[in-house]
Amino acid sequence: MSIQETTKAALCRLFPDQEPDSPPIEPAGEETEANQAPRRNTIVDQDYATRGFHLDVQLAPEQLPEAARIMFDLGYFLEAITGVDWPTDDQLEAVYDFSRYDFELCRVAIKTRVARNQPHLPTITSVYTGANWHEREAHDFFGIVFDGHPHLIPLLLPEDADFHPLLKDFHA
Amino acid sequence: MSQPIELQQDETFVLNVGPQHPATHGVLRVKMTMDGEYIYNAETVLGYIHRMHEKMAENRTYAQYMPNMGRLDYLSAMAFNHGYALVVERACTIEVPERAEYVRVITVELNRISSHLVWLGAYVLDLGGFTPLMYCFDDREQILDLLESVTGSRLTYCYFRFGGLYNDIDDAFISGTRSFITRMRKELKMYQKLVTGNIILMKRLQGHGLVDRDMCQRYGATGPVARGSGINYDVRRNEPYSIYDRFDFDVPVFHEGDSYARYLVRMEEIEQSLRIIEQALDQLPDGPVNPEKKPKVIKPPAGDYYAAVETARGNFGIRLVSDGTKNAYRLKLRSPTYSNMHLFDEACRGMLIADALAFMGSLDLVIPEIDR
Repeated sequence: MSIQETTKAALCRLFPDQEPDSPPIEPAGEETEANQAPRRNTIVDQDYATRGFHLDVQLAPEQLPEAARIMFDLGYFLEAITGVDWPTDDQLEAVYDFSRYDFELCRVAIKTRVARNQPHLPTITSVYTGANWHEREAHDFFGIVFDGHPHLIPLLLPEDADFHPLLKDFHA
Repeated sequence: MSQPIELQQDETFVLNVGPQHPATHGVLRVKMTMDGEYIYNAETVLGYIHRMHEKMAENRTYAQYMPNMGRLDYLSAMAFNHGYALVVERACTIEVPERAEYVRVITVELNRISSHLVWLGAYVLDLGGFTPLMYCFDDREQILDLLESVTGSRLTYCYFRFGGLYNDIDDAFISGTRSFITRMRKELKMYQKLVTGNIILMKRLQGHGLVDRDMCQRYGATGPVARGSGINYDVRRNEPYSIYDRFDFDVPVFHEGDSYARYLVRMEEIEQSLRIIEQALDQLPDGPVNPEKKPKVIKPPAGDYYAAVETARGNFGIRLVSDGTKNAYRLKLRSPTYSNMHLFDEACRGMLIADALAFMGSLDLVIPEIDR
């Protein structure tokens, strides 16, 4: 079994209501409209050649720590945590990029969405210690609050910053 | 080897290193809580040269954003050019001509050597050895002259274009690069005698600043830091982008996890980069360096894209979210030193401050790339 299939099978545990072998709603490699109506929480195979990553996972915020644990146990390291602001959906998206040290190439993007006025996510610092700075950065730029984070103070912005520059309604 | 000691939290004082300090190589501040000469913990304070490059991507076109790539990592700017060009080419399915791919590899590898040379000189200077700095900067000057002749700039390169390059290399560049390879091989032997085998250097580095595989995974460390801890991970090999699968080169891996292992990784990488350049020059095809057909306005189809490259410091990744317009909707820059620096706090606890600074230097920090 390739690492992509192993990862998919492991992450499928997070979606008990879906059949593990059910075909993804968007077939692999097809262009997905990023700003269409919010998609269902699911795992989608991506075409590596055109996208640059293999698995595109969307899950509920409360599933994040469990997903992080699965990824860590499979040997993935955390590349970055990113926010994306979607004001039209009134949502903030957080994207967790994972990659591997070995020669079985598989890049996984785990995404989750929260309401724009209630941006709370659980922290994954207990699994990936290095998420600490990434979460502080996402808090700086998007105002996402990571519940349970040990030290959620500004990292790159000044310590008295009361703005979130990467929100679409921020204008310098 | 530093002795494990029982640190007393109630007998500590705070020592402020930076933001202007010669050992931090840039405006980095570390608040160290000390128990005597030993470090209890070290809190890194970032953001002194934060410029919000990611917001800039959202209010300028894709082509206008290319110069920003030279200002992230001023020592390894060519690799950052490459990463950004890759993600946009992937998103817009732009084909890159053969010759351009080869020239890209040659310039990126030259840049990698010059970056490692600055690191070597500055690092040995940190440890109290002044002489190697002069030799390193002399060698690096040869590379800067070569790259200046084709790119027009000495550090902040903006050489890559989507699908190609700003201009082609000429015969003077090729012969200059060949003679540089010969010269550098001789110089490497000299560095071997002057620095690598130096007993003071070995005593300062061996067994200090230990980073293990688990710590690398928890922090996402890449590049020479991971390869010095026994992780055989190099984006050029694990995820061959561009034409790196055509070259025969080794990825140096050392298992000790100490500062000396990271030192040896970088020294070996210089030789491997020379090998890549040599092969690329031998195979260099004729032809254009820009594609015949290329969209006039870069408008990637909506969706998200990812590309990663190996810079001199590790895995540099770009996540691009496009909404189909001529500006990026969101562009995330994943810089290698950000994760490599993060593990400093955990790894330096209980170390003597002098050893910790030697450890910090072995991480090869470039602050503008951390702060972005």
